[in-house]
Amino acid sequence: MKKESWRELPIGGLNVHPGNSVSNLTGTWRSGKRPEFIPENCIQCLFCWLYCPHLAIQVKDGEVVGINYDYCTGCGLCAEECPAKKKAIVMVKEEIALQEGGGQ
Amino acid sequence: MRTKKILSGNEAIAEAVRQVDPDVMAAYPITPSTKIVETIAQFVADGLLSGEFVCPESEHSAMSVCIGAAAAGGRVMTATASQGLALMWEMLYIAAALRLPIVAAIANRALSAPINIHGDHSDMMGARDSGWIQIYSENCQEAYDNFIQAFRIAEHPEVATPVMVGLDGFIISHSMEPVWVEDDAAVKEFLGEYQPHYSLLDTSRQITIGSLDFTDYYFEHKRSQLAGIEKAPQVILEVGREFGQKFGRTYGFFEEYRLEDAEVAIIVLSSAAGTGKEAVDRLREEGLPVGLLKLRVFRPFPFKELAEVLKDKKAVAVLDRCVTPGAETAPVATEVKAALFAYEKRPFVVNYVYGLGGRDIKIEHFQEVARKLMEIAETNRVEQPFGYLNLRE
Ligand code: SF4
Ligand code: SF4
Repeated sequence: MKKESWRELPIGGLNVHPGNSVSNLTGTWRSGKRPEFIPENCIQCLFCWLYCPHLAIQVKDGEVVGINYDYCTGCGLCAEECPAKKKAIVMVKEEIALQEGGGQ
Repeated sequence: MRTKKILSGNEAIAEAVRQVDPDVMAAYPITPSTKIVETIAQFVADGLLSGEFVCPESEHSAMSVCIGAAAAGGRVMTATASQGLALMWEMLYIAAALRLPIVAAIANRALSAPINIHGDHSDMMGARDSGWIQIYSENCQEAYDNFIQAFRIAEHPEVATPVMVGLDGFIISHSMEPVWVEDDAAVKEFLGEYQPHYSLLDTSRQITIGSLDFTDYYFEHKRSQLAGIEKAPQVILEVGREFGQKFGRTYGFFEEYRLEDAEVAIIVLSSAAGTGKEAVDRLREEGLPVGLLKLRVFRPFPFKELAEVLKDKKAVAVLDRCVTPGAETAPVATEVKAALFAYEKRPFVVNYVYGLGGRDIKIEHFQEVARKLMEIAETNRVEQPFGYLNLRE
């Protein structure tokens, strides 16, 4: 997307495209680790969804189904908060996750 | 019908507010601006104002209310002083960056510590980089006139920048003078309708204000903010002229007093200019070619215009009612020096700090400055580029 010159911007730094933060892929901020979802351990408490600051926990029909790595910054809150006896979200080194073909 | 009333500077501002009848007035009373807020409250209770009067719990909140109300498309005012303005600090920058034409009356007062309720310009001078337009008033009439003009300047679509109008704490805020209060309808007509650039209440146009900028946009947004204050000089002159045509008192960036044929000049802001003019008259009687320049608009600073009238003088003294710790000179002197620096032939500039915490400045102090200037003009030498007036050494 072409970035505007200062002359082309709306007055007062107005954002005239509300909701345009979807185009800001915060997943690019991730460095080092990413969360990995282990469905068989999940008790569907939705804590991870509640705590995730980037709405990166994907929920379908009221159940956690995965993680959207386009927006996940790898902060680790979900893994920390997951109360399941065997953690249903664990932080994995990015390169290992990629080698295993997980995510994008 | 226009009437001459005996009013304090604060009451003169409140009269202007009554005539402007803003949509929202939000203020937290603080000495010496309290009487502005108090009088507005009285007007509201008497049914003379139709706008919303909000009394928040602090000045930070007062400015926040102003920002919210202005972003909703309202005509908005506030009043404060000293610590109150200091507490508004972060919101001042936001008001300017969001291009909200809020108008604030500042009863200029010293900043703590030590705590002091009297007049100096430290409060507004501290806010000089906040992006607000700054206008200073010499007397109660000017406070009234400037406050009305401030709305026209701020709300001009190409300016869309907040304005603060200063009146010296106690010296003007509490002194009673005859003030022409212009006809209500004539003031309304002068103000005209305000057309905001945007309104949060306009549901047909969805917007977000104050959203996050990264390294790729902040710089462009800051640059675009400056377009407003860059347009201000032209609008300030237009509005000042139109005000003169309508009400008989014309305003510009500054007032020249016996300056044209003067060899040396004194620059001063606000109430001290009155004393300065009297001093100039007496010095002229003695045959000293002294003139005075009373600066009215400090932001945007009228670099070119000021330099044009000063460049051929032999020596100029800038009197600052504020001090910049660690700097070579105080704020006004710094700007004056910068304005003259572009000229090959330029006067010597000296700087005197006076009147901190409301300390008097008298005719004799202006005379003292004028004699020093004459000495510089004659010897072509500056012994002391910076000093203090009426300070116990
Ligand atoms: S690591 Fe952080 S950003 Fe990513 S899904 Fe978990 S809580 Fe959300
Ligand atoms: S916090 Fe853990 S157990 Fe709860 S829904 Fe998320 S992954 Fe499943």
